[in-house]
Amino acid sequence: MRLACFAAAACAAFAFAASAQNSTTEGIAKYREALQEGNPAELWEARGEGLWKAPRGPNKVSLERCDLGLGAGIVKGAYAQLPKYFADADRVMDLETRLVWCMVKLQGISEADAKKNPFGNGNDKKSDIEALVAYVTSESRGVKMNVSVAHPKEMQMYRVGEKIFYFRGGPHDFGCVTCHGADNQRIRLQDLPNLTKIEGTQKAYTTWPAYRVSQGELRTFQWRLNDCFRQQRFPELEFGSDASIALTMFLAKNANGAAFDGPAIKR
Amino acid sequence: MQARMIARILLFSALFAAVLVGCAIAPSDERISADASAMIKNSFKARGQAGLDRLDQDDTQRLCSQAAGKTPPRDVAERIEKQNLATIKYPADGKLLGDWKNGEKIAQDGRGKQYSDDPKGPVGGNCYACHQLAPQELAYGTIGPSLYRFGKLRGYTVETQRYAYGKIFNSEAFAACSTMPRFGHNGILSEQQIKDVTALLMDPASPVNQ
Repeated sequence: MRLACFAAAACAAFAFAASAQNSTTEGIAKYREALQEGNPAELWEARGEGLWKAPRGPNKVSLERCDLGLGAGIVKGAYAQLPKYFADADRVMDLETRLVWCMVKLQGISEADAKKNPFGNGNDKKSDIEALVAYVTSESRGVKMNVSVAHPKEMQMYRVGEKIFYFRGGPHDFGCVTCHGADNQRIRLQDLPNLTKIEGTQKAYTTWPAYRVSQGELRTFQWRLNDCFRQQRFPELEFGSDASIALTMFLAKNANGAAFDGPAIKR
Repeated sequence: MQARMIARILLFSALFAAVLVGCAIAPSDERISADASAMIKNSFKARGQAGLDRLDQDDTQRLCSQAAGKTPPRDVAERIEKQNLATIKYPADGKLLGDWKNGEKIAQDGRGKQYSDDPKGPVGGNCYACHQLAPQELAYGTIGPSLYRFGKLRGYTVETQRYAYGKIFNSEAFAACSTMPRFGHNGILSEQQIKDVTALLMDPASPVNQ
């Protein structure tokens, strides 16, 4: 499957060389379309559903009583309303942080253990978090994004997230806005969504998590942010950190009104 | 009497609550910026060559963050450009053009300064990530303007060489809050590397100028 995709990409690359820039973009669009047929993300979704329902941890209970914001055990549509403020934790949480919370509180797993493997390595080391995220998000497919900032702490996270989006630093002076601040821009041949506009944010946010063909892994939004900051030449964004949740809040809320369409498949 | 007192207490309580809610709704923009800086400091960990000191903003980074992706007010822009212009160091030997072939390699190379990169190098300029340069390379980005025929269009003058070298050394000297990194000022590329990239733009024999 992966080999075939790479072969297709290589052929496409040769085809591009002979043609003008417009057809380059068209070619990439066709390649992406071809990828949509059969998304390996389903394997992560199935594994995640198994993990969700299996009794685990010292308490030997499943996550089926985990409250993702719509009440204990309700998964359908939950992701489309995250991040949100949870009174029991007195904190705004995204899906990943809430999953960790439930593993700790319900299953009795230590926080360090729950957070120690947030991202798979594309090979033998798989992440339970990525699988659980695949399952939970798949249960919001087609549901319109509806993230609230009614609680003062939600509004605070949204506004701080916006500031972080425009924060420039590091040896290259990069911020999120460097690559995601204008329409129709590319880095090399990769299209970049304009995240300062609602339309661009809706299209981008609703297609994460995604199976990354080039990595052979299902990647979560936490991963997306983590790897953006790596390329910004920042230190490492900590998994589940407040800055990661604030940025997610800023983008998720701006995606409101668009139907969630993940887990998707990307290059 | 007692009823009236209770009513008064209730009224005061309601007013007090209203004031509290009012405060909670609207922290100032400055307050939110300060909260964001503090939150960033608590949300990253040092890894590889990327220490937490990279989160400390200099004047330019701070002012450009405040501008939020837009051109800053004129007085601020002038201050940024003046400060950055003063940092540009031109080569002591007066030679601005190096080897365009090496410049092309630097323009292609995106490695360097990420925590996942070897701190020993090499470090590239990754020019093609954002700019069109030599027409043979189709996988170029569009965040920056096309630099195809840079020298040919502008003329192969010493002034243009100096502009190109200076722009690569410190882009903020010429356009405040440019998205382009300050390759010389921030020690990303060496003097020789900047000379080589300048040659890629300015050497009449460079593929950029064909």
